[in-house]
Amino acid sequence: MLRNVSLQVPAGSTLAVLGRNGAGKSTLLRILATLLRPHAGEVLVFGEALPRRGFAVRGRLGLLAHDPLLYRDLSGRENLSYHARLHGVAPDRIEQLLDAVGMRERADEPVRLLSRGLVQRLAVCRTVLHAPSLLLLDEPLANLDPAATELVGPLIGRRSGATRVLTSHDPQAALAEADVVLGLEDGRTAFVTTPDKVDAAAVKRLYA
Amino acid sequence: MRTVMTVLRKDLLLELRGFETLPAMILFAIVTFVIFHFGLNRDTIDGQLAAGVLTVTLLFAAMLGINRLFVAEREQGGFDAFLLAPVDRSALLVAKATALFLFLVVLEVIAVPAFGLLLLGPSLGHALPGLIAVLALGDVALAVIGTLVSAIAVQTRARDLIGPIIGLPLLLPALIGMARGAGPLLAAHGSSSPPGRWVAILALYDVVFALLSYAVFDFLLED
Amino acid sequence: MTTYGRGLRGLSLAAAATITVALALVFFYAPLDTDQGFIQKIFYIHVPLAITALCGFVFGGVLGAMYLRTGDRKWDIRSYVAIHMALIFGVGTLLTGTIWAKASWGHWWVWSDPTLTSFLIVMLLFATYQPLRFSIEDPERQSRYASVFAVVAGAFVPLNFIAVRAAQQYVHPRVLTLTGGNLPGSMRLTFLVSLVGIALLYTTLWKYEMAAKSTRMQVRALRRALLGEDSVVPLKRSAAPS
Repeated sequence: MLRNVSLQVPAGSTLAVLGRNGAGKSTLLRILATLLRPHAGEVLVFGEALPRRGFAVRGRLGLLAHDPLLYRDLSGRENLSYHARLHGVAPDRIEQLLDAVGMRERADEPVRLLSRGLVQRLAVCRTVLHAPSLLLLDEPLANLDPAATELVGPLIGRRSGATRVLTSHDPQAALAEADVVLGLEDGRTAFVTTPDKVDAAAVKRLYA
Repeated sequence: MRTVMTVLRKDLLLELRGFETLPAMILFAIVTFVIFHFGLNRDTIDGQLAAGVLTVTLLFAAMLGINRLFVAEREQGGFDAFLLAPVDRSALLVAKATALFLFLVVLEVIAVPAFGLLLLGPSLGHALPGLIAVLALGDVALAVIGTLVSAIAVQTRARDLIGPIIGLPLLLPALIGMARGAGPLLAAHGSSSPPGRWVAILALYDVVFALLSYAVFDFLLED
Repeated sequence: MTTYGRGLRGLSLAAAATITVALALVFFYAPLDTDQGFIQKIFYIHVPLAITALCGFVFGGVLGAMYLRTGDRKWDIRSYVAIHMALIFGVGTLLTGTIWAKASWGHWWVWSDPTLTSFLIVMLLFATYQPLRFSIEDPERQSRYASVFAVVAGAFVPLNFIAVRAAQQYVHPRVLTLTGGNLPGSMRLTFLVSLVGIALLYTTLWKYEMAAKSTRMQVRALRRALLGEDSVVPLKRSAAPS
């Protein structure tokens, strides 16, 4: 349950959401992704009010969360093909992305045979397939080795140019990338600041 | 429409890969025929009895398919994947119902001749067109209600139980229609066209519930 | 939130009065049936119960549709109460029906009767309403799914009767036909009074339960507002909307 969380994120910037497990980070992301309906208050994404105008924003956002949203019995390519069709994306974009994350050779194996790291790479492809301008990233670098982390950088990192809301278990890494920082504690706002003004003690308290 | 085809393709592909549901349905139907042979202690049956046995068997085989319809979505994040796409959500209903309908057709293509071979007294020949019509209308009912009920059940705790207990009473008029429609066709010197009254009832049922399901399905998918 | 208590006393009195009058008519005014004897009089309770139950189910479906349209929880509560009242009246119908069947036809259950069969099917369907609600924990989703069910099941009621009626020659005395009924005058009067009485009873009970639930909700909301979140004990998981 989230209560009284209030802030604005300008386009192209990155919001880091810090907090323990259960603080409400994933809930916030799901609300922004139009998957959860807010019970009170106002949520505006790209200026459109949710949940009423959810359909208007869905095509412009990408969610990368704990579930890769891939069918285990289908291959990576088939999964991406499914998502591409749903979003109306041309097939060559799939090949482009598979190359970008180094998955070309193993794209035809069923997902259930792939390691967690490779699945995460495919999940990244799925997230950016339709070139969303808003990225909602729930611990995006989980399961990725340094090489893979490098590969996905241009797609979901600061260099992608998209507006990003990201959560991470590692507050330092998140702070390094952020323009705005939101600290959540038990569903409430603990603080909202910029990275340079973040109080180290406050962060520690969040994760204590 | 494109969305429907996309989801349908994905589901057919998944079934082809996994190949569990359809064989189970077919096997179940044939085993049930054998059980009926022993249970009724008859070598052949005809007429209304035959129609009843066939309908019941197809119904329970369909239940297997219905229970599994949304399982992949539920367990592998398929709902989220679909909900994140900028598509008309009722397309999921149409796609799933079509997939289920196709499964039922394949089931019947094998099970009905098997029925003719194992249990049915009179030959199927002249009754076939009428039987196909009755079964097709019945399959639409099974597909529509099955999808609706499966979508409801998949979000509850008692998943496998809720589906059948809601679905079976809802399907009763359609099942009555199928059984009574097929009865005269399977009789020893039966007619070759099904009684109009039952075709009408089946058609009415199909139309009403297809429209109703389409209208309410959206509400099941929101979160 | 609307208060359901308004007019409740008047309604209860009206219901009680009508039922008393109906019973008086049943016992003293309505003629004794030559074939079935005294037991036939159970018809004056059985049929109104049946009609009220069926209308209650359809009413529940309409209320469910209102919830889906507006998202306002009060419609879901109304729908829930309507359906579960109708279920109770339905059980009453089945009980009186079997008593009547045994007395007039000698069997506790008769398949060849389409009305009883249709009714059984409807009851089987609506019996799943509460288990369905109970198996969904998230309250908003519970309300939503229950409303979808109520709408579909409500539409099912008339369709079911058409189908089953077409299937069977009827043994069930055809009391109310499309042409308006073939009851002799005195029986018709008794029947109508009884019908009104039972309908009033249903409405009264519905209002009572709505009043009780609505009051409880308001009390909880007030406590929450005045004393804070912790003063309100969370309700146990249940089939009823709260």
